Amino acid sequence: MSKTVSQSPGQESPPDTDVATRRAFVWAALGAAGVCYAGAIGYPVYRYLASPVERAEAESAVTEVTLKDAQKLPLGSVLMFKFGPRPSMLIHHQDGSWVALSAVCTHLGCTVQYQPARNVIHCACHGGEYDPVTGKNISGPPPRPLTRYVAKVTDTGVVVSRT
Amino acid sequence: MKALSSIYTWADERLGLDDLLHFAQKKRVPEHAHSAWYYWGGISLFFFLVQAITGVLLLIYYRPGPDAFESTRQITYEIHFGWLIRSAHSWAANLMIAAIFVHMFSVFFMKAYRKPREFGWWSGMVLLLVTMVFGFSGYLLPMNELAFFATKVGLDIPNSLPVIGHKIATLVRGGPEVNEFTVQRFFALHVVVLPALFIPLLGFHLWLVQKHGNAVPPAEEAKPPAQRKSIPFFPNFMMKDLAMWLIALNVLALLASMFPWDLGAPADSLKPAPTGIHPEWYFMSSFQVLKLFGQWFPGAAGEALGMILFTLGLVMWFLIPLYDPSGKSGQRARWATYFGLFALSILLVTTIWAYAALN
Repeated sequence: MSKTVSQSPGQESPPDTDVATRRAFVWAALGAAGVCYAGAIGYPVYRYLASPVERAEAESAVTEVTLKDAQKLPLGSVLMFKFGPRPSMLIHHQDGSWVALSAVCTHLGCTVQYQPARNVIHCACHGGEYDPVTGKNISGPPPRPLTRYVAKVTDTGVVVSRT
Repeated sequence: MKALSSIYTWADERLGLDDLLHFAQKKRVPEHAHSAWYYWGGISLFFFLVQAITGVLLLIYYRPGPDAFESTRQITYEIHFGWLIRSAHSWAANLMIAAIFVHMFSVFFMKAYRKPREFGWWSGMVLLLVTMVFGFSGYLLPMNELAFFATKVGLDIPNSLPVIGHKIATLVRGGPEVNEFTVQRFFALHVVVLPALFIPLLGFHLWLVQKHGNAVPPAEEAKPPAQRKSIPFFPNFMMKDLAMWLIALNVLALLASMFPWDLGAPADSLKPAPTGIHPEWYFMSSFQVLKLFGQWFPGAAGEALGMILFTLGLVMWFLIPLYDPSGKSGQRARWATYFGLFALSILLVTTIWAYAALN
């Protein structure tokens, strides 16, 4: 201890560039570990929150719905039903034809209504109107026609399927 | 980097971030042979944060009332990773209570309750009691068999109190039996009332720690100031604290994923209680004391006596800063140490006894 040796500060510690790379390495390793932890916590939480979304998506994969006893629907009236998760409508027109349409307005997603007196499909939210036979948008803001399904009448009900 | 520092400067001019940083760097934490105990308050806080986050996640799918068991079953078996969230919530609840117990006893043996830290001790004790009510109310929410009987027994204890006991028990239960009304009111207690009490109290507790700094044990206090060591709070102590949080997180992750919390059978008031049924470990000591007094003294008198003794002990424990006779700093408070050791051994012995009596 009594010996006095003059020592420059650079002698004991490695050169500056080494310190810099070591520091960068430690930061990179910490960052990588942080990303791993964020992923290990974030992924389960995301899947947990998304569970009902996945279920609804599985439901919307439905391609056919059988509406029991729907063949008894009177002329000029409508039956609301769910095609997968989507509200839909089955219309029995005065001329005896059957039309199945999605009941979700193509403007902002409200559920539309069939008005037999005026023979139009009307959306109460922003006044959009559709043709009740083809589903074509005829007035107001809707940008697209309503999705049409195929309706097949049997002895026991009406089978609605995708086109 | 330049953009980041200019954002920092912008925020600093408006929020005074530099002042905070300087303050944190100036703050020092004592370092000595017993400083490992300083981490336990922080670990308790960490588990509380886990409880808040996993609790909100469970709230997204849990439905109290008649659907309580069914929604818990859905969380456990149908919702992706629901079992993990629920398991983490149950495990962290137990770890939080364990960490608080360690924290409390270390504070006690370091005599950190002495002037000027009395309010720290009292607010901490109330926080522990609120945490135990959290545990008791949360235990019922899945409405499984164990929850049903634990709550039934737990609420039968005040029944042995004369005059008001029965009224209290019926009111808390929402009727003569544990049913969906009990779940609904325990739910309100668990997710609204208790957090509303806990969070401001925790703020007060942390503010006091900030105001008075860490207490040092009497042996350390006896040393001349020049011989006492300390480290800066920022970044040294904070880094160590965060390392502890990381360990706590890893322990929780291992326990929650390797030992997923059981769902059990749905509660059925017509089914007899399963053999060997017992409360959670943190109620085992009081469970055993009540059982012993019930055996020693016949009828409700024994239970009432046990409750009175337990309450008296708790009150003495609570008031220790007021009557610890060698309460002046720098002196070893032997008598308080013996009292602490006595309380700790009673807790341990009755808990072990209770578990041994199960078999």
